[in-house]
Amino acid sequence: MSDQRQPSVASPVQTTAPFIEMRGVNKWFGQFHALKDIDLDIARGAKFVICGPSGSGKSTLIRCLNRLEEHDEGRIVVDGTVLNEDTHHIAAVRREVGMVFQQFNLFPHLTVLENCVLAQVRARKTPRRDAEERAMSYLERVRIPEQASKFPGQLSGGQQQRVAIARSLCMEPKVMLFDEPTSALDPEMIKEVLDVMGDLATSGMTMICVTHEMGFARKVADTMVFMDRGRIVEAAPPATFFSQPRSDRTRLFLSQILSH
Amino acid sequence: MTPPLTVKIETVYSRSPPPRKPLHLTPADAVLLALAFTCVGYVGWRTHTVLDYRWDWSSIWPFLLKRDPVTGELQPNLIITGLLTTLRLAVLGMIVSGLIGIVIGMARTSRRLLLRLIGSAYVMLIRNIPPVVFVFIFYFFIASQIMPALGLSERVRDAGPLIRWLLSVLVGDLKLIENFVIGLLCLSVFNGAYVAEIVRAGIQSVSRHQIEAGDSLGLSRGDVLRFVVFPQATRNMLPALASQFIQLIKDSSLVSLVSIQELSFMAQDVQVSTQRVFEVLIFVAGIYFLLCFSLSRLFEWLERRAALAYR
Repeated sequence: MSDQRQPSVASPVQTTAPFIEMRGVNKWFGQFHALKDIDLDIARGAKFVICGPSGSGKSTLIRCLNRLEEHDEGRIVVDGTVLNEDTHHIAAVRREVGMVFQQFNLFPHLTVLENCVLAQVRARKTPRRDAEERAMSYLERVRIPEQASKFPGQLSGGQQQRVAIARSLCMEPKVMLFDEPTSALDPEMIKEVLDVMGDLATSGMTMICVTHEMGFARKVADTMVFMDRGRIVEAAPPATFFSQPRSDRTRLFLSQILSH
Repeated sequence: MTPPLTVKIETVYSRSPPPRKPLHLTPADAVLLALAFTCVGYVGWRTHTVLDYRWDWSSIWPFLLKRDPVTGELQPNLIITGLLTTLRLAVLGMIVSGLIGIVIGMARTSRRLLLRLIGSAYVMLIRNIPPVVFVFIFYFFIASQIMPALGLSERVRDAGPLIRWLLSVLVGDLKLIENFVIGLLCLSVFNGAYVAEIVRAGIQSVSRHQIEAGDSLGLSRGDVLRFVVFPQATRNMLPALASQFIQLIKDSSLVSLVSIQELSFMAQDVQVSTQRVFEVLIFVAGIYFLLCFSLSRLFEWLERRAALAYR
């Protein structure tokens, strides 16, 4: 099928310089080649959904964007800041990039409100009162203001994940990364999290989501990225991605996850 | 044609659990109890019949408190003075060895190779020497070289009344301050190595995901440690810390070897002057037991509180 080795990806709403730029990014875990020559441009306001079989490098890719993983080769630029060893650069990028994890990773020893306040006060130097106010407004946005004084362990998985989203939003990031945000949830709770993510997309947030929720992807994504064995195999708007995938590998993957 | 699916929602009710079955003694329990009583009884009988010893507890009491010959006021005598020194060694020792433990434990988990090496060297060196040997080495080669250079006694003599009062609360008799500080440092340096291992294990017990969450929110490394890792690590460290601090109280008796005048040291004095070796030994053992037992109850309480704090 497609003999194009590495499709260059551009978001449809591209305006000026891309908000996030990855050029020739390679990453190894020991001998394992996890990311292979990744080139990716993501414009401000774009909604990317990354899918692919497990071990294909989806999570590694987005974890490189806020340097939870260090890439070994290539260049990653986020909003004009080059990601390298420079801790100031890393800090600058992390201030702009919010992240939501599969396991929520809320701080279990802090209340929901404190989870949302801590980084604002420590990293952004926001006065506590303003921080609490902002925390409450985002908790309202994810529809759980009434849980503010509880500890994460007292909440359901779906509620915890919504708190995690609110916690990230409190830092007013310019882009949100989602690393399989619904994979650890009971089926009944997936919808409430996806609804919140849908709202967020509507508000214009730049989003990069690793997820297997293809219904969500169809509705929200403007670009679908398919990865396999560390490579970007295909990237296309969802309409063409789902109806006319160019590569056999993509077609096989889609047939497997959409067959039931 | 299939009928439409209807779900009948029953009234949800909950009721209290059935009453608990009363405890009763099984034959195995009875055998165990009998064995325990026999053992204790046998040892008691042997000591009573074979060991021909006249117990005399009354000669201990004068060594608890004494009357000042001039003013007639009650003052602590050897045993109480020793106990107070042991208490001060224990409390200050926990603080100082805790600080050493935090610093070395953090060095052991640092990303910098040099810090890790220094931390490991400290722990390995101290953990692999017997405590008694360490006490002597510390006393002769480190303390007796450094303490005179510090000139602690002179500084204390020249200090203002407020500082002198504070110090006397902390270390007791100011004339013996060098003696006390040597004992305290010896104990803390030694115990700090063990606390460091507990701190390291505690830090490493906190999930990597927690650190990633902190990182991704833009918290600095120090803030991640202080607000995310340490509160959770402390909770995991409590049981091990309890053991170690109890160990510290007991180890404080070792510094009597280098004439630090704490409880065991004073007890030997009392043994010599009263010739009542067994009574003094048992009495002092009882005091140590009470100290350590209270501490372990305190830590049990702390653990319960920490468990309630979340979840």
